[in-house]
Amino acid sequence: MESLWPQIEPLLAQVTKPARYIGGELGAQQAQHGPDVVSWLLVYPDTYEVGLPNQGLQILYEILNERPDAAAERSYAPWVDMEASMRAAGVPLFSVEGHHPASGFDVIAFNLSAELVYTNVLNLIDLAGVPVHAADRTDDHPVVMAGGHCAFNPEPLADFVDCFVLGDGEEVVGEVNEVLAAFRRSPAPASGGRAGLLTALSQVPGVYVPSCYDVSYDAEGRLAGVTPRHPDTPERVEKRTITDLGAWPYPRQQLVPLIEVVHDRLNVELFRGCTRGCRFCQAGMITRPVRERPADQVRTMVSAGLQRTGYDEVALTSLSSADYSGIEDTVTGIIDDPSCSGQVSVSLPSLRVDAFTVGTAAQIQRVRRTGLTFAPEGGTWRMRQVINKLIREEDLYAAVDAAFSQGWKRVKLYFLIGLPTETDEDTLGIVALAKQCVAIGKRYHGSVTVTASVGGFVPKVQTPFQWFGQNTIEELTRKVHLLRDAARPVRGLTIRWHDPKATAAEGIVSRGDRRTGAVIEQVWRNGGTFQEWSEHFDLDLWTDALAAQGMTLEDTVYRHRGETEVLPWDHVSAGLHRDFLWQDWRDALAEHGLPDCRWTPCYDCGACTGYGVEHVVASAVPPAGGSQGTGQDLSTGGQVPVRFLSTAPGGAAPATVPGGSAVALATEGRN
Amino acid sequence: MRIRFRFSKQGRIRFTSQRDVARMWERALRRADLPMAYTEGFNPRPQLSFGLALPTGAESLAEYVDVALDPERATDQGIDPATLPDLLDGLLPDGLHVEEAVPVERSKDSLQQMVTSCSWTMRIAGVDRDGLAAMVSALLAADTVPITRERKGREELDDLRPSVLALAVAEAGPDGVADPSGRTVGLVAELSTRPRGVRPVELLRGLIAVSGGSADRPMDGPAASGRPGSIPVIDRACRTEQWIERDGLRQEPLLGRVVPAGADRASHALERAS
Repeated sequence: MESLWPQIEPLLAQVTKPARYIGGELGAQQAQHGPDVVSWLLVYPDTYEVGLPNQGLQILYEILNERPDAAAERSYAPWVDMEASMRAAGVPLFSVEGHHPASGFDVIAFNLSAELVYTNVLNLIDLAGVPVHAADRTDDHPVVMAGGHCAFNPEPLADFVDCFVLGDGEEVVGEVNEVLAAFRRSPAPASGGRAGLLTALSQVPGVYVPSCYDVSYDAEGRLAGVTPRHPDTPERVEKRTITDLGAWPYPRQQLVPLIEVVHDRLNVELFRGCTRGCRFCQAGMITRPVRERPADQVRTMVSAGLQRTGYDEVALTSLSSADYSGIEDTVTGIIDDPSCSGQVSVSLPSLRVDAFTVGTAAQIQRVRRTGLTFAPEGGTWRMRQVINKLIREEDLYAAVDAAFSQGWKRVKLYFLIGLPTETDEDTLGIVALAKQCVAIGKRYHGSVTVTASVGGFVPKVQTPFQWFGQNTIEELTRKVHLLRDAARPVRGLTIRWHDPKATAAEGIVSRGDRRTGAVIEQVWRNGGTFQEWSEHFDLDLWTDALAAQGMTLEDTVYRHRGETEVLPWDHVSAGLHRDFLWQDWRDALAEHGLPDCRWTPCYDCGACTGYGVEHVVASAVPPAGGSQGTGQDLSTGGQVPVRFLSTAPGGAAPATVPGGSAVALATEGRN
Repeated sequence: MRIRFRFSKQGRIRFTSQRDVARMWERALRRADLPMAYTEGFNPRPQLSFGLALPTGAESLAEYVDVALDPERATDQGIDPATLPDLLDGLLPDGLHVEEAVPVERSKDSLQQMVTSCSWTMRIAGVDRDGLAAMVSALLAADTVPITRERKGREELDDLRPSVLALAVAEAGPDGVADPSGRTVGLVAELSTRPRGVRPVELLRGLIAVSGGSADRPMDGPAASGRPGSIPVIDRACRTEQWIERDGLRQEPLLGRVVPAGADRASHALERAS
């Protein structure tokens, strides 16, 4: 493939952050293209700074480039100034390594970490010079693929993406490559052309090819079903799950960018999956079961990674890192490693809400101590039982007390509003909790800052809350005002909130069906890219596009779904039985919590039994401070700083989580 | 103990910022396992001090960084500065090339404070050789060259003229070869850092202003080049030297090589680049 660099270089002098487009990262691979090699362009549909650290993309990048029959390069969404320059100069989307044109690759594969990037996906396909509609592509066009957490409701992008890959990508990416390689080798007529290739891909477990399915609607216009057209195509596409994380010690060569990016540090994944069972948390539901990385492999990846990259910070990532078996030994081992010369800081991006975790944090952040973040998510105990985030007030206060007493002066608390059954008492409970945290801080410091960061809840597919009708913009705005007014007299307390309008737009896409694609397309055609960025977000684009399709926010976003209603994502599966999810939804409404199944008997959600896998954990005992409503005696959980744990056990995973799985990977929460 | 490095920044990496380069050095020094001295406090950082910031997009043959080492550990490890350029060259990204390293005295002035002027070579597009020569003559003949510059978010009017110590049309561009397309004209300049550093784009703005052009915002790039009636733009710019002037003599900051003020060093710089 030809390099577009001579055409790109003159554009760079005029754009912001030109180094986004030059490549040159440590760890960048020299992809070897050739006639028998399948070429992949792995695309993160947001800016370079947001997309580069994505671990899922980096894992697949390495696995593909290790294969003799595959070559992978990367691309990111050019910022609006660069896109304008590229379109004016006739420069298409390109890879950052070889500056090769996107349309020259066999596959353009997108990582879908958030719904509001979908308009960028369309824009990038178009910028690549590839028809935006899958139906308009010919044998000469690349196959457009997508994976990541959002692929668990593929329908809104079904018109634009040729095939989706569900779940962990480590194994399936090779199987997909083999299908593509066979297609490359055989002459087009024999292989049935593009349709033949897509049919072959639809038979790879974990791969969903929308064009192989018919969508039907009932007389009222409700979805009646999504059914396969061919006898060989599965009725229901099940996600892929790797059983042994230890067999996949990736990334081995984490990319070190030339410019500063989000999460600019070494990342080592401690475990994948989470069974805390927070009902709002899609990541926790779709990545089950828990699979821990062996502790000695973690140590090796940390020490080799620090030596190779020169980073002075390592994040031990997972959905709830304090739950890793032997987390203390792991952390201490890193800090005491002589090669780190005492200058390496360790971060646990998902801190559990308990004093024990703070003790660990105090130890590991002794190098750099900025602020601590906890995610109680709900303002009252009742609310937290509904969402199954079983942290008692005492847990939070003990954690905050520990933080302030050990030198921190800033504490950040994450909350959701618009949760099922929420009352104004629950909402205002957020301020009550935060106010008490300020009071605790004042015991230790003259001036403290407590920030309550409030997000509007968007029900996510494949969770117990998938049936819940989202709060309206007006209702969320009213709650924000309640919080703001209640917090105003409290010195030291700051309330920050997510724009309820953006929450509504996310809701349009989150549970949309195939007809939502036309809405996304219209928003994109009217200039709505970078909708994740508040300076570019425009709700009017979304509501206008909805209206043009005869759709409403009331029906697509605010409406509760019924028990028997066909859901647009019923034909793809994260392993969770629908009746388990429905029962969990009823339990939520009954304010009934459910313990973590790592340490309690199985209640058959389906994630293990359906795939013949099970939890891989080194310790069958819950970690100290982490019993989360199981009623287990904390003293069995290891060393506990009793002073901080006066009453109840607690802990849970945060709502927004750092990246864990491969294809199924969220960017590490830019939330 | 303090080690001063001289390095170049050429090619694609010119699109990274000064801050990016500082971070590249920090990572490379850690990978080299050098016993760096750290700042005190909650947020200890390695003690690195760079010379005058290089604008993003410009190349350089003359960048400097002072690295403070922990004296005890440095002695224990027996650091030999002569081995450091090769070691660090292998650890820095492509495009950063370490040329020399020498121990320097701890001085109360930072490199940034000591540097008094910088030599530049540039390739200018959108103007022919005669046109550029006329602009250069006009600037050198002018008593004052007012330009507006942005400082802390505000527009300020500055006189550029005292900062232009030398200026001439040249045969060669920044990489030591004439632009094969013949599209650009070479320009060499020595620009004072006092009272404030002058960026190549600001020099160009001054050149356009003295020749009667409207130059509120000449573009820092070649987009307008080649079109009739277009304004001159910088195609490439390269800093070839940073100077410390004392008692009428210019010193190169690393080895203290002395050159009489006013002597043309461009040819030396171009040899280094080849």
